[in-house]
Amino acid sequence: MDAAKRYFRSPAAVLGLILLLIVVGMAISAGYLYPRDPLALAGRPLIWPFANPRFLLGTDNSGRDIAAQIFHGARISLLIGGVATLIAVTIGIMVGALAGYYGGWIDNILMRITEAFQTLPNFVLLLVLVAVFGSTLTTVTIAVGIVSWPAPARLTRAEFLSLRSREFVQAGRTLGMRDTQLILREILPNALPPVIVYAGVVMAVAILLESALAFLRLSDANVASWGNLIGLGRDVLRVQWYVSAIPGVAILTTVLAVSLVGQGLNDALNPRLKQR
Amino acid sequence: MSATATILTVDRLSVRLPKGADRPHAISEVSLSIAENEIVCIVGESGSGKSMMANTIMRLLPDGVTTDGGRILFAGHDLCTATAAEMRRIRGADIAMVFQEPMTALNPLRTIGDQIGEVLDIHTDLSKAEIRSRVLSLLTDVNIPDPPRAAKAYPHELSGGQRQRAMIAMALALDPKLLIADEPTTALDVTTQAQILKLIRELQQRRKTAVLFITHDFGVVAEIADRVVVMQHGVVVEHGPAMDVLRHPQHAYTKQLIAAVPPVAAPPPRPLSDNAILTLSGVVKTYRTGGFLGRGERVTHAVKDVSLTLPKGATLGIVGESGSGKSTLARCIIRLIDPDAGSILLNGQDWARLSRGDIRERTQQMQMVFQDPFASLNPRRKAVELVAQGPIVHGTPRNQALAEARELFDLVGLDPSAADRFPHEFSGGQRQRIGLARALALRPAVLVADEPVSALDVSVQAQVLKLLTDLRERLGLSIIFITHDLRVAAQICDLVAVMKDGVVVEHGLTRDVFGSPQHPYTQALLEAIPGGDFARTAHG
Repeated sequence: MDAAKRYFRSPAAVLGLILLLIVVGMAISAGYLYPRDPLALAGRPLIWPFANPRFLLGTDNSGRDIAAQIFHGARISLLIGGVATLIAVTIGIMVGALAGYYGGWIDNILMRITEAFQTLPNFVLLLVLVAVFGSTLTTVTIAVGIVSWPAPARLTRAEFLSLRSREFVQAGRTLGMRDTQLILREILPNALPPVIVYAGVVMAVAILLESALAFLRLSDANVASWGNLIGLGRDVLRVQWYVSAIPGVAILTTVLAVSLVGQGLNDALNPRLKQR
Repeated sequence: MSATATILTVDRLSVRLPKGADRPHAISEVSLSIAENEIVCIVGESGSGKSMMANTIMRLLPDGVTTDGGRILFAGHDLCTATAAEMRRIRGADIAMVFQEPMTALNPLRTIGDQIGEVLDIHTDLSKAEIRSRVLSLLTDVNIPDPPRAAKAYPHELSGGQRQRAMIAMALALDPKLLIADEPTTALDVTTQAQILKLIRELQQRRKTAVLFITHDFGVVAEIADRVVVMQHGVVVEHGPAMDVLRHPQHAYTKQLIAAVPPVAAPPPRPLSDNAILTLSGVVKTYRTGGFLGRGERVTHAVKDVSLTLPKGATLGIVGESGSGKSTLARCIIRLIDPDAGSILLNGQDWARLSRGDIRERTQQMQMVFQDPFASLNPRRKAVELVAQGPIVHGTPRNQALAEARELFDLVGLDPSAADRFPHEFSGGQRQRIGLARALALRPAVLVADEPVSALDVSVQAQVLKLLTDLRERLGLSIIFITHDLRVAAQICDLVAVMKDGVVVEHGLTRDVFGSPQHPYTQALLEAIPGGDFARTAHG
C-alpha cells in the first residue's frame, strides 16, 4: 500500500501510467471499434487525416484505415514488447543470479557468453536471427527477447555480487537453507527492483527493435504493426508524411509511457528511498 | 573559567528537523560554552542530537534541517547569522573537525600529504616548498611512523589509527582555536583508541586548543574530558566538571549511562560442567589469492592452530582486536567458512569434516547471532517470517512455525503484536532481539554470537546482554561470544580466550585472565580500556 501511495505521489509516474492505460485501452478496444481486418482495403488510398469522417486518421498508400491499424498495432506492439521482455528478463535473471551467486568459473563462463552477445550490435544479431528463422510474429518476438538479455543479466549479477555476502544471506545459510532457497527467496527479492525498472527500458527497446525490423520490411507483414505502417509510409514520406508520423507518435507515446512507469516503480518499490 | 577566555558559547540553541521526523527538534534550547585550553565532552546515545551539535556549529546541516532560535557565539561572531563566505573562512582555519570514520572522510584518490597540503593551500599563501615542510612537521606532530612515506601514501595504504592521525594533522594544520572531534575513536581498536586519545590530549595541551569531543562512551569521557555535557533526545540533562559528573551523577539518565559501563571485573564464577559440548583442536584457516573474503594475492593466516573447549552451559568469550581472526574463527565453527585443518567436535561429531549437506541438516544444533542488526535481517521479510524461517526450512509446517515464532517474540522481550512489521520499523536493539529469536527458533545447543552488541548503544547493550544471560540459564545454552570489548566480555563470559594475529595467546577463567593477565598483549589490552582507573573500580 505504501508503495502505491509513493507511486501516485510522482506526477511523471502518474502520467506514464495514464499513457500506458490509453495504449492498453486501444489494444483492448480494437476488436470492438474496428471489427474488420485492419489490413483489408477500406477506401481510397492516401486520404489525409480528418479529411473523411470515416477515416479519422486517413488511409495509407494501399487504402487501408490507419486508425484501425494503430489500434490493432497497439496489440502487436504490447505483445511483442511484453513477451520479449519476459524472455529477456527471465534469461537475464537466471544467468545473472547463477554467475553472481556462485562466482568462480561459473561466473567466468557465463560472463564471457554475455560479453560475446554484447559485443555484437544487437540489431545485427536480430537481423541474422530473423534471416535464419524467418519473420513470423513468434520468431520475431523470441529473437528480440534473445538479443535483449545481456543487460538484465549483468545488472542481476551486480546485485547478487553485493548481496550474497550480506549477513542476512549468511544467516539464511546458518539456518540450513539450500542454495536455491538462498537465491530465490533471500537474494532475488532484494535484487529485483532495479531489474524490474530496467525491464521498462528493455520493453521500450523491444518495441523499437520490432519497429526497426518492420521498417526494413523484415517483420511479420501479415499483422498490423506500427513498424509495418512506418515501413509502408517510407515510400510516400515526402508528401504524405502522416502515414509514417502517426504510428511514429504511437511508438513514441508507448515507449515514453513504459519508461515513466518503470522509473515510477523504481522510486516506489525502493523502501530505502523513504529514509532519504 | 574566569581566568581563561571563552572560545565558543552556544546560547539556547534549537535545531528544527523536517516534518515527519521522529521529533520536531533535533536540539532544543541547548546552552554550553568552551574555554581556551579545555576539553568538553558531549556524551549521549544515538539520536541524542550530539552529532547534530557539531554539524550546527560548523553550519553543515543536512537539507531541511535549520537552526530555530538561539545563538552560537564564536570569537564575537554569531555563527548562525554568518554568511556562507564567512563560514568558509572559519571552517578549517578557526574551527576544525575530525570525523568518526577516517576512511570515508579522506579522499581515496589523493595522497595524505596532498590532502593536508590542500588545507594550507586554500587558507594561506605559503609556497609549495613551505607547505611540504609544514605537512611533514604536522605528520611528525601526530606521531605517524615515517612521515615522508605517510605523506606519499594513499588513505587505503594506512591503518585505521594512522588515518585518524592524518585526519588530526589535517585538522590542526591551521592552528584552529577550536577542534571538534565527532566520535574520532569509535571505529578504532582499543589499543589504537588509547593512543589517539593520548595524542589528542597532548596536542591540546601543547597548543592550548579548545576541544569539543563528542562520544557515546563514558570510559572515553573519564579519559579525556575536563567538563561533560550529557545529552538525551536533544536536551542537555546534566553538565559539569568531568569528575563530578562521573562520581556523583545527578540525573537518572546519566546514572543509567554510567551504570551501563560497568567495571572490567568478572562476576563471581559459576560452576562449570566437566562435559565439553564443543571442542576445537588445531583449527587453521589461511586465505590465499582470490577467495571471496581475501583481498588479493597475499597469503593471510587468519586462524593459526586454535584449540579451545566450551563446557556445556558455559559462555566462552573470544576477544581480540580487528584482524585477530576472531570472526573468521566464529565463521569456521559454524562452517560459513571451511577450515583448512583441525577438528570441531560438537556432540562427538566433527563439523570440520561434515559435508555441506550434512551441515544443513544439523544446523539446529548450532546457531549464530550476527553483528550488524541492520544487515543481518532480510529487509523484505516480516519479523515473524524471519524468525519462523529456520523451522520452516527444517520441515515444520508453516502455520505452526509462525505461531511458535510469535511465542519467541515474548521470550526475547519483544511485543508479539509487532511481529508483522518489517525490520526497518524496529530499533537496533529490537532488531538484534529478532536476530536472537531467529537463532533460538531452532532450539540450538550452541549459540555463536559474533559481536552481537557492538553496534548498539550502551544502555541497549546492557539490556541485550541481560537477555542473553537470562536465556542462557533458562534454555541451557552454551555460547561462544566474540567481542572486541573487554567490558562486555567481563560481564557475560565464564571463560575467555584472547586472540592476536590468529593465535590464542591466553585463555582461562574470565576472572583469572582479567584479574591477573599473564600475556603482555592481554595486559596491554586491559591497560588500553578507556577510562583506566574509572573503569577498573566499582562505581555507579
